[in-house]
Amino acid sequence: MRETVLDVRGTNVRMLEAGTGPVLLFLHGIDGPSADPLLETLAQRFQVMAPEIPGFSRSLIPDWMMSVSDAAFFTLDLIAALGGDKLHLAGHSIGGWIAAEAATRSTSAIASLSLLAPAGVMPKQRPAVDVFLLSGEEGVRALFHDQALADKEIAARAEQPLDITLQNRAGLARLAWTPRMASVTLPHWLHRVDVPTYITWGVEDKILPFSTHEIFMREIAGAQFKSQQGCGHAIPQERGAEVARDMIAFIEGVK
Amino acid sequence: MQVYFFHLMPYGDLDIAESDKYNSAWVTIPNSCFDSAKGMKLYNRYIGELELADQLGFDGVCVNEHHQTAYGLMPAPNLIAAALARSTKQAKICILGRALPLVNNPVMIAEEFAMLDHMSGGRIITGFVRGIGSEYFSNSVNPTFSHERFYEAHELILKAWTETGPFSYQGKHYQFDYVNLWPRPVQTPHPPVWIPSQGSMETIVWCAAAERKYTYLQTFSPYPVAVKAFKAYRDEAEKNGYEAQPSQLGWAIPTYVAETDEIARRELKEHIEVFFNKFLRFPSIEMRLPPGYSSISSTKTLMEMKFKNRTSSTIDTLIDNGMILVGSPQTVRQRIEHCQKEMGFGHLMAMLQIATLPADLTEKNIRLFASEVMPHLQNNAPQLRAIA
Repeated sequence: MRETVLDVRGTNVRMLEAGTGPVLLFLHGIDGPSADPLLETLAQRFQVMAPEIPGFSRSLIPDWMMSVSDAAFFTLDLIAALGGDKLHLAGHSIGGWIAAEAATRSTSAIASLSLLAPAGVMPKQRPAVDVFLLSGEEGVRALFHDQALADKEIAARAEQPLDITLQNRAGLARLAWTPRMASVTLPHWLHRVDVPTYITWGVEDKILPFSTHEIFMREIAGAQFKSQQGCGHAIPQERGAEVARDMIAFIEGVK
Repeated sequence: MQVYFFHLMPYGDLDIAESDKYNSAWVTIPNSCFDSAKGMKLYNRYIGELELADQLGFDGVCVNEHHQTAYGLMPAPNLIAAALARSTKQAKICILGRALPLVNNPVMIAEEFAMLDHMSGGRIITGFVRGIGSEYFSNSVNPTFSHERFYEAHELILKAWTETGPFSYQGKHYQFDYVNLWPRPVQTPHPPVWIPSQGSMETIVWCAAAERKYTYLQTFSPYPVAVKAFKAYRDEAEKNGYEAQPSQLGWAIPTYVAETDEIARRELKEHIEVFFNKFLRFPSIEMRLPPGYSSISSTKTLMEMKFKNRTSSTIDTLIDNGMILVGSPQTVRQRIEHCQKEMGFGHLMAMLQIATLPADLTEKNIRLFASEVMPHLQNNAPQLRAIA
């Protein structure tokens, strides 16, 4: 994957970019951007663009960004800055929330929406863990159902500069501290998502309970749903290639 | 030197074995560990201890704010201060402090302090803090806005105290179309503002600014950290073109005196160790330092140095680190006088009750400290400059 920087109305956005084809804009989850099996597989069919959400990784939190609402409008500005045809919007976890919020505001530049265990609505049941209260290693373990993959991720994180880890936490807290990982009003507006939508969720998700998908499915007309058995919150690592193939089939069906 | 009794008002009846089933004395410890009948006795006892300090001639009595913890039972310290306003006669009443970012209406803090200023006859000293990290969990306030909200709330409170209302205040976090304090405070231009901290350079720089000159209180710190913080304050003052006075520096430290050094150590040991190892127990760095609560560089420093979990403190390590004062009156007096010369502080906030320290030992400590240690300190003008 190559790295590019895009100026979005004065804010520099770092992006991982790979592949050719229709543009698929992917908003990362709670731990920032990563080159995982999901993006690698998607890049076989799409021009994948995976920006750092402002406030994550090496991007400091802009003063004006106070909520997911701001991040959602910023995403629409980012899409406008990319130009070109309508693109396919996707996101995981916090990125899924931002993508869904963006789509409730305008779908004029969005061809389809893919949500992987999106945050954004109050879960029907209390999550098993508080994502902000877990220590680094426990936090990683809670993301995964497959603990062998968690071991790999823990090793990878140990190599990651502490600044990046801390910035990811701060970026997430800025957007998702209260209410935790959710919006009071998003369920009321989800009906405005009027593009084909694909939703998938890990049955064993400890961060955002699996049953939360029911609210998205109830509110977004005609959305497709796929449950991921034996999968936790870390869909891009645990089911990356399979979900990417699903998404490719879904998006090609849209055309 | 001025001498104060700083009370944390802990849940002293905590069943330690029961509390060990949970990973912290903060946030996660269920309130089924709290017994109201015992709690009622504790509030009466603790208020009585502060009243005794007033009668014995302490310059001030101090309370503070903490939430959802066995460490301290004062989520609303102004309630205690209000009781003390009526029952104490001469001591300053210090609220050190209110946690500004945790509230959505800072004007109410300005109002409450103004009320207390009247009720106490102008005897209050106010304090502003950010609240500790765990309180962003227990108060649901976004820690990434902590600094911004602190500075903004502080500005709003100072304006409310000093400017004629009604006026409008429009900030990023707080917006008020009408700010018009009834009552205005008694003390002019406003009640003193003291800032407790564990040595954050950003806080020291802010306190020492020429337009503020706030008294800086060093709390719960190893001796070298406290020395460094006070020096940083003096250096900062010098940069700002003035000489920091002892009255701008305060040192808060657990203090225990008894008939001899040996008795003092023996009587305090269990309680001080429980305090550091149980009441200040946090399961993870995450509860203590939520994301964005401090800058990334400060967070890294704190992670590396200060917030290593203190679950293995002993009275000896605490004495060696200069975290506590314990001994005979002579030992403690000499130690304080030595520290004063090295550190240059003008206020000593002695924490004379700690954790599970029972009523009888607390009263003995207060009385012995008041009769054998305090007069020597109060009679000596604090030295302006550090010798070291």
